Amino acid sequence: MSTLHTEEMTLNMGPQHPSTHGVLRFVVRADGEVMREAIPDVGYLHRSIEKIAEKVGYHGFMPYTDRVDYVCAMFTNQGWGMACEKLAHIEVPRRGEYCRVIAAEFNRIASHLLSVGAMAMDIGAVTPFTHAIREREMINDLIEELCGARLTFNYMRIGGVAWDLPPGWREKALAYLDHFDPILEEYNALISWNKIYVERLANVGVITPADAINYNLVGPNLRACGIKWDIRKDIPYSAYPDFEFEVPIGDGHWGKLGDSMDRYVVRIREMAQSAIILRQALAKIPPGPVLAKVARNFKPPAGECQIRIESGRGDMGWYLVSDGTGYPWRVHVRTGSFAAMGIIQKLSAGLMIADLVTLIASLDVIAPEIDR
Amino acid sequence: MEPLQILERVKNRFGDRVLETIDKKPDPFAVVDPGAIVEIGRFMNEDPELAMDCLSNQSGVDYKDRIEVVYHLFSYKHRHGAVLKVKLPRENPSISTVESVWKSANWMEREIFDLLGVNFEGHSDMRRILMPEDWIGHPLRKDFVEPAEYHGISTVRESPIIRLNTKTK
Amino acid sequence: METLIHNVIASGAFGHNASPTLVAAIVIFVMSAVVFLGVAFPFAGIVSWAERRVWARIQSRVGPNRVGPQGFLQWLADGVKNVCKEDIIPDEADAPLFKLAPYLVILAFILPWAVMPFSSSLILADMNVGILYMTSVTALTVVGVLMAGWASNDKWSLIGGIRSAAQIVSYEIPAGLSIFPVVMMTGTLSMQGIIRGQGWAPQHWFLFANPFTFVAANILYISALAEGNRTPFDLPEAESELVAGFATEYSGMRYLFFFMAEWGNLFIIGAIITTLFLGGWQFPHVSNNVVVMNILQLISFNVKVLFLVFFSMWIRATLPRVRIDQLMTVCWKYFVPIAFVNMIGTAVWVAIWPDGNAAMGYIMFAAGIALTVVFVQRVIYYLKRSRMEVYFNPTI
Repeated sequence: MSTLHTEEMTLNMGPQHPSTHGVLRFVVRADGEVMREAIPDVGYLHRSIEKIAEKVGYHGFMPYTDRVDYVCAMFTNQGWGMACEKLAHIEVPRRGEYCRVIAAEFNRIASHLLSVGAMAMDIGAVTPFTHAIREREMINDLIEELCGARLTFNYMRIGGVAWDLPPGWREKALAYLDHFDPILEEYNALISWNKIYVERLANVGVITPADAINYNLVGPNLRACGIKWDIRKDIPYSAYPDFEFEVPIGDGHWGKLGDSMDRYVVRIREMAQSAIILRQALAKIPPGPVLAKVARNFKPPAGECQIRIESGRGDMGWYLVSDGTGYPWRVHVRTGSFAAMGIIQKLSAGLMIADLVTLIASLDVIAPEIDR
Repeated sequence: MEPLQILERVKNRFGDRVLETIDKKPDPFAVVDPGAIVEIGRFMNEDPELAMDCLSNQSGVDYKDRIEVVYHLFSYKHRHGAVLKVKLPRENPSISTVESVWKSANWMEREIFDLLGVNFEGHSDMRRILMPEDWIGHPLRKDFVEPAEYHGISTVRESPIIRLNTKTK
Repeated sequence: METLIHNVIASGAFGHNASPTLVAAIVIFVMSAVVFLGVAFPFAGIVSWAERRVWARIQSRVGPNRVGPQGFLQWLADGVKNVCKEDIIPDEADAPLFKLAPYLVILAFILPWAVMPFSSSLILADMNVGILYMTSVTALTVVGVLMAGWASNDKWSLIGGIRSAAQIVSYEIPAGLSIFPVVMMTGTLSMQGIIRGQGWAPQHWFLFANPFTFVAANILYISALAEGNRTPFDLPEAESELVAGFATEYSGMRYLFFFMAEWGNLFIIGAIITTLFLGGWQFPHVSNNVVVMNILQLISFNVKVLFLVFFSMWIRATLPRVRIDQLMTVCWKYFVPIAFVNMIGTAVWVAIWPDGNAAMGYIMFAAGIALTVVFVQRVIYYLKRSRMEVYFNPTI
């Protein structure tokens, strides 16, 4: 009896897709349900932000950094601010640093909420997404009071932050944190340890620590493989040395070390740690100015520098080359999602199509970060 | 190890392949010979003292007279980093790929090829990543001129303000 | 039903020389129209509104509340909107099959209503193969879904259609095997016969008759959910992977037909479980008036079925989706062996106690109460621990 003639299917998981991770396209070569390879095709959201930097100058580029990663806009703001400050040797006042940390950690909670909510929705559970968005809306309300915007904040400036904390904001933020701590418990009880959910996530997309480092995975993706690396602790910047917090890492409790479940659990635990940092920051914030004196036509000395900050998606590397004029010569952002996309093609061999969605969701890939 | 010490160690090993070591604040860097980048990269990756297991950032910069490719290396084992630079001519810039040493170079080199036109020899998948496949030109170059149209879509548009001004006249 | 036909003929409404078969045919058509168009389709529409409200409250939202009182007319608005939409048929799609597929799925949803036992005398056709007829016509969905997936000329639809076909066909086996224990205990396949074999009190339900039927009820419910493409088994329409699975290329009313069938199937799933395991329309004999008893039985049946419908919506809002290989593993490696064990166990049980064992009924009922109490306690514990704000008002 001759063997059955089978063929591979080439499918297009196109740029328009309900999986809420932005405009991504995958060309999937599948043998039935099992994939041979998923080739990512990015560039649908390329807005040439790096070239725009060369045209709009240093101060003018700050709103554009929001759009590099609109879910983690505070971190991109902070990265750009820190790059300019490192080059021009500007020192940010202590209160400004604390305001930066507070804004950034609230944004980290919001970003992780969106990430775990969208992940649960991709797996099929629709309720955790709405609960996460409900919590995120409260954070958005807080930040709206702080800087006027709910998504692309443009809150930080070169040399500090734009506005001080409004009167009464500290109490509202602390009230929110009191409300938030048991919410994580509720969330975990709802979905995190659900048997179906664990079965969908465990042992899917296992990344070994050596691979993670070689492919330059960062942030929760890297920590899920067991590597204890957090820029806030290991190359401390801003006001982070003043705070005590832990860095959660994956432990392979539910499956192999470095699988999707580890990445999910690391994000949940990071949210709790962010709440701890926020309480300390709100308690210890010193008085003073929030913005250093920086010239309107800001001209840093010629040179170059590299900045790494711990964004919601991991280590965001800013490389700034200045030629002494008021316009940057070259700005390059290397984001966590860009690195994470590089590993998808390798991991996708042998996964099922349903697992590809899980993998993308667990790597917390955001399209604007990849394409800039 | 301090960045300068790392670069000294590389210079001791490779001699004149490391063209110059510049101690610039805030980040010192070393300019190396383009032909030696793969060997130097592999040495820095495998040497137990350096153990640069991560290519944290790879950027291309277009100076008016040359194109530079900048490698930011980092070691998770020893928690130290260093910067290497390579200078390439602006016409047909070409250099070997370091993908065999650090897999993260795959996508970063594709981006440098796409936006600056640097060809990486030996790359497994040298094609455009951010721009469409049939785009002509390398947008991040300083002398890039935007084409007037792309597939019939015009890239210039008269500002509506001009029309308003002529109306009120 | 026959008495009704006799009464109609005897009343002379059709003239004294009317042929009984013609009168019977007219009466059956009218009754079927009443049931199908008056009960089945509106139910499918109303359940869409109810599902959205239930979902919304679970997700701490409000749900549709604008169109009509509490948003009750939302389903009519959706229907009108979808009928007004442009009828798009892809160019390369197989147009006759493309158009036929939704109707086959609707057929699979409508036909079981012919044996739906609403009360002791309200049943369209009390066939003596009632339950077998019900399970076999619900399997027509496979034909419709596969046809939709293939005729769409779309690889993603094809994947959705094939997944659905594999899923429905696989879960027919545990579902069928779980019906056998009940059939063995009553000796009849007819719906009314199975209901008459139970009593109105919970300890007389087949759910609590013996541990094997308890497990069989659970397996039947889960398999019925899988056959109806409901979460956690809604891979064929997994929104985050396949957009809408086999129904991707459909738009407007054709698309809605698939989902009407899915929502209507909720009632059928509930009706099967209620008939077989929850005592159907049984109600304590409080009156000798036939009409009053029928109304009470109708209410009893509907309350049980609607509770199961609500339970299905609750599950859909809470649980994530299983993957196709996990779904197949659960079916073939776990459900089928357990269903066989149930069947053999019940056979042994019936051999030992042909008239049932009342004591076991009480014991199982007590166990059921204990399970419910444990569940409620867990819910209260989590509510307290997370200091959740709960709004019980459904009309918020």
